[in-house]
Amino acid sequence: MPAVSKGDGMRGLAVFISDIRNCKSKEAEIKRINKELANIRSKFKGDKALDGYSKKKYVCKLLFIFLLGHDIDFGHMEAVNLLSSNKYTEKQIGYLFISVLVNSNSELIRLINNAIKNDLSSRNPTFMCLALHCIANVGSREMAEAFAGEIPRILVAGDTMDSVKQSAALCLLRLYKTSPDLVLMGEWTSRVVHLLNDQHMGVVTAAISLITCLSQKNPDEFKTCVSLAVSRLSRIVSSASTDLQDYTYYFVPAPWLSCKLLRLLQCYPPPEDGAVKGRLVECLETILNKAQEPPKSKKVQHSNAKNAILFEAISLIIHYDSEPNLLVRACNQLGQFLQHRETNLRYLALESMCTLASSEFSHEAVKTHIETVINALKTERDVSVRQRAADLLYAMCDRSNAKQIVAEMLSYLETADYSIREEMVLKVAILAEKYAVDYSWYVDTILNLIRIAGDYVSEEVWYRVIQIVINRDDVQGYAAKTVFEALQAPACHENMVKVGGYILGEFGNLIAGDPRSSPLVQFNLLHSKFHLCSVPTRALLLSAYIKFINLFPETKSTIQEVLRSDSQIRNSDVELQQRAVEYLKLSSIASTDVLATVLEEMPPFPERESSILAKLKKKKGPGAVSVNELEEGKREAGELNGGGERGGDSSAISTPSPSADLLGLRAGHPVTAAAPSAGSLLVDVFSETGFIHYGRLMLLIFLRTHERTITKPVPFLAVPACLSASHTLLSLALRFVCKNNGVLFENQLLQIGIKSEYRQNLGRIYLFYGNKTSVQFVTFTTTLNVQSKPVEPLIEGGAQVQQVINIECLTDFSDAPLLNIKFRYGGALQNLTLKLPVTINKFFQPTEMASHDFFQRWKQLSQPQQEAQKIFKASHAMDTEVLKAKLLGLGMALLENVDPNPENFVCAGVIQSKAQQVGSLLRLEPNAQAQMYRLTVRSSKDTVSKRLCELLAEQF
Amino acid sequence: MIGGLFIYNHKGEVLISRVYRDDIGRNAVDAFRVNVIHARQQVRSPVTNIARTSFFHVKRSNIWLAAVTKQNVNAAMVFEFLYKMCDVMTAYFGKISEENIKNNFVLIYELLDEILDFGYPQNSETGALKTFITQQGIKSQHHTKEEQSQITSQVTGQIGWRREGIKYRRNELFLDVLESVNLLMSPQGQVLSAHVSGRVVMKSYLSGMPECKFGMNDKIVIDKQGKGGTTDDSGKSELGGSGKQSIAIDDCTFHQCVRLSKFDSERSISFIPPDGDYELMRYRTTKDIILPFRVIPLVREVGRTKLEVKVVIKSNFKPSLLAQKIEVRIPTPLNTSGVQVICMKGKAKYKASENAIVWKIKRMAGMKESQISAEIELLPTNDKKKWARPPISMNFEVPFAPSGLKVRYLKVFESKLNYSDHDVIKWVRYIGRSGIYETRC
Repeated sequence: MPAVSKGDGMRGLAVFISDIRNCKSKEAEIKRINKELANIRSKFKGDKALDGYSKKKYVCKLLFIFLLGHDIDFGHMEAVNLLSSNKYTEKQIGYLFISVLVNSNSELIRLINNAIKNDLSSRNPTFMCLALHCIANVGSREMAEAFAGEIPRILVAGDTMDSVKQSAALCLLRLYKTSPDLVLMGEWTSRVVHLLNDQHMGVVTAAISLITCLSQKNPDEFKTCVSLAVSRLSRIVSSASTDLQDYTYYFVPAPWLSCKLLRLLQCYPPPEDGAVKGRLVECLETILNKAQEPPKSKKVQHSNAKNAILFEAISLIIHYDSEPNLLVRACNQLGQFLQHRETNLRYLALESMCTLASSEFSHEAVKTHIETVINALKTERDVSVRQRAADLLYAMCDRSNAKQIVAEMLSYLETADYSIREEMVLKVAILAEKYAVDYSWYVDTILNLIRIAGDYVSEEVWYRVIQIVINRDDVQGYAAKTVFEALQAPACHENMVKVGGYILGEFGNLIAGDPRSSPLVQFNLLHSKFHLCSVPTRALLLSAYIKFINLFPETKSTIQEVLRSDSQIRNSDVELQQRAVEYLKLSSIASTDVLATVLEEMPPFPERESSILAKLKKKKGPGAVSVNELEEGKREAGELNGGGERGGDSSAISTPSPSADLLGLRAGHPVTAAAPSAGSLLVDVFSETGFIHYGRLMLLIFLRTHERTITKPVPFLAVPACLSASHTLLSLALRFVCKNNGVLFENQLLQIGIKSEYRQNLGRIYLFYGNKTSVQFVTFTTTLNVQSKPVEPLIEGGAQVQQVINIECLTDFSDAPLLNIKFRYGGALQNLTLKLPVTINKFFQPTEMASHDFFQRWKQLSQPQQEAQKIFKASHAMDTEVLKAKLLGLGMALLENVDPNPENFVCAGVIQSKAQQVGSLLRLEPNAQAQMYRLTVRSSKDTVSKRLCELLAEQF
Repeated sequence: MIGGLFIYNHKGEVLISRVYRDDIGRNAVDAFRVNVIHARQQVRSPVTNIARTSFFHVKRSNIWLAAVTKQNVNAAMVFEFLYKMCDVMTAYFGKISEENIKNNFVLIYELLDEILDFGYPQNSETGALKTFITQQGIKSQHHTKEEQSQITSQVTGQIGWRREGIKYRRNELFLDVLESVNLLMSPQGQVLSAHVSGRVVMKSYLSGMPECKFGMNDKIVIDKQGKGGTTDDSGKSELGGSGKQSIAIDDCTFHQCVRLSKFDSERSISFIPPDGDYELMRYRTTKDIILPFRVIPLVREVGRTKLEVKVVIKSNFKPSLLAQKIEVRIPTPLNTSGVQVICMKGKAKYKASENAIVWKIKRMAGMKESQISAEIELLPTNDKKKWARPPISMNFEVPFAPSGLKVRYLKVFESKLNYSDHDVIKWVRYIGRSGIYETRC
């Protein structure tokens, strides 16, 4: 039992705790606690007053029981009572209980706040500190509301004790972090900043945490802190270690404060004032100098403190990135650490150097350490350090040392930890691409990469190789040869087979001259891998085979034999079966000319940002790969591939689908723009691995044995029917001329609901995609020539997802935007094209006008091209109310008592577009006997009149 | 099958660890300790599955017995084995306690080797085991080779549970019918569920290889006799006895000595008894149960700070019989701050550590009633949760079988030796105890 002093020791508590500790079993413990709780309850019953000491003791016991994991639902009131005690220990226990147990929505919070307020306004510093600690510990919004105004006053008041100021600063920091909107510094700002000049180092340390946090939010308001911080820093740095008696830690003056000051300075750009800057540079130099001095103590605390300051200083130097001299010195200093025996130091040095490498001033200096870093990569025992070394190698790589670094990384890859392999692969791939001087080296490197770490080579990497090989004529032959050789290994990775299949399919002819790699040999080699591969790879290989038929007619019979075999033509996988059937048909029906056109070599890819880089970016924060470096990467990538049309028109097709890889191998070919509307049904045909040029695909239509359309695979002969089916879908949109909400489309799989709002020239459409089946739709994508927010790629069975489309009417138009929807239902890809019901009349603003105004306007628009007239037969019953409703739905104002003939309807409205406003007038004259209408539209623009007339003629 | 068996003390320290199969590793010992014995929340399920390993445990005072397996075993079999093992240990060294286990360390391992083989339960009959596993290790040396082979042939023979050549001067036989009655009753006195689980436990000191026949008032037997036996007896229920004549047994299990084929065909229970203590049968009934006590609760909440409880108990059996060890447990709310109790009979006390008022009565005759009233003061709390009102539970012991079971006869035949059924002294005793006997309030 702990030593107990009389009066304050709470013997009962000690006994209780030792009882609990001595309990033999859980049940015994629970029994003891129940007994104690009952005892406390009987004491708190309220029939006799308890003195402060017993109250404190019981509250303490409750706290202990709570900390053992039992619920406490009473005693809060007694704890609050303790707050108003004058004894420190009682008050302290009260505050302790409250900060542990009181939740923010308790009814007692007002009482507590009151007690805190009393303590804050008392003159007793210990009580004030207790209250401040409680506020900070609870830190709830209610606390912030109650005290956010009070605490800054305490913080800057002249007569506040130093210890209270410290607490106040930290308390304010805590409140600011939980509810920044409630802590308004305003008038206090400058006085808080001046706390940096405070005599008391503790106050400065506390205040600087607060200032750093505040200045990150409002850098401008706290700008003045820079010069103060610099002078404070220089005073510390230049002081002899004996000056700051209490704040010297193992011979280092105020290390925490120095680090915080340096960190604060990192929030701001270099000071503009020359004197301040000079002083700061001097400080930094002193810090770097001190690092060179022999240590004053052998203790690890001494070196830790010193190094902490040094690393903060180096980060500041890197942050400023403007002092070449300092940067180089920092780099040299880090170079020394690279060989330090302390693992943490090596790690930190590598990490800092990584950022140094991206600065133009120190890049060269960093490069001098290449040997050490490579050595670290090979010999370091800690994997995290090795990873930093790899990062640094990546960062310091440039044209001059690329070959060496890539070779080192490749050789390391064979033994690398599994956790970092994928990242290493990406890095090697990027470096190889970025700094490739000759392409054969590039191809070699990547193929090596696939050989060594095939599992970690992501899709993007091999897409990229193929993209580059296709875009560069000079490397194609070499690539084919190397791939052929690589495939001869008895076991090669599936990615290698993919690359091999693709490249041989395209450029196999370039090496066919050699009898060792004759067409048949090539084919047999590829086919020997076929059965070991997954379905997507097999699909790709099938495409490669059909390309072989085109390249080498002599292989035709062999390949047809393969395609005809049951394992292909009756494959259980739909995609493979379909390919086999189609390719077989294609090869037997089509003439060589057609074949040559269909299976022509792929055109060069439009240049894009390297997808690998994008992937790496996704994988890691900007910490490891700085932003400007990525920029550089992009630039160089562009250079390498010599592509001028970077970006191209790919944005016009805007594929928001998550599967659309940036390489554009899947869906990105600029075809849809040229293709007729039915063509969009076919865009996905070969999208799986798509290396048959889409533009040629129109020729293939008649060869398709089964086409996937809206609902089900339809047999070959039904193609025209299905095309017309899609046409009727388009005309569905006409239903929405006069209404805004409804069901846009429905079949047995999918229901699309629409809800739209229009205001002036802006519109917003909500599309609701409802899955009517019980199976989920995957890779659900929609494509639109209007900008839209991407939709959820998955729709669960029976679920609905929503898509919002914002529309702005730029000028008048006649064609509605097309919406292309693709998704997978079960295994089959579904494709659907719909016309969005956006018509010109949606942008109508109704205009009310009197009779004579109307006829005056009507006359003004009397030029023949401004008028459009149509006489047509009624297709619905001629009900006046229905007609009125339809005309109102059109968006124009229906003008009553304007036309002399009450049977007729006249309307007026203005079409709002961004470019201009088009006033339109309308007159509808029904003839009940003949069941005919005459519709006249006049507007200031001829196309508008015509379009409106067309639209309306189909409505009545 | 059982992969291993561990015994822990209350702190979770391993006392006995016997692994029968390779798929159970050392870490299984710790897994049970961490996840069950030291669990934050008390583990109530007797079967725990941790990382594809199943742990079946029973607790005897402060000792945990856990059987471990990775396979899909019959859980009932495992528990049966664990209980059997407890019986065996009790038969060998008395109470299962940490000290006793430590003292009989070698013996327990010896037993574990014998009663489990590669995880399959073997002969666990105490009588048979005692013939070849003895606590006096030296004694076994005195066994002659002949004796040893005799033991082997007997243990592996047809009647493994009894050895030959037993001789007693006085042939004596003790029969206990032990029942525990379980009840859940609504506050209005409606029976929500009730059943009796009973055991027939025997202790026999008989010479030779006697053949016994046990008869009780099983409904099926009585009905059959009523039909086939006496000719002109139309009211077959009037069979000489008084009160309830026959009981419907829902299910029963027998000791291995009972000839099941005979039971199946004639429903007669005949057997060659083991020597000493054994449990002849177990049974369960749910119909026509005599409930020895009726509890009538009355709980009234007076405002937020007071609760008045009145409980009346009525005994419901023949006035000549005496119930013993009566204990009524009335749960109190968790925010109880004080209790005043008044009772006419027995002693009542508020036990804060168990959050209950415990009322004890030593003896109570049949057809009597007694009552207790208590005033409970409550401390207002900020919790708005209402008190869940757990049921009032009761414990007692009565000298009759609440199921109504009666022993009709127990006949002993020994053809080779010269004693007959009349020479055997027989003792019969009925004890009815409370199981979970609860009334909602």
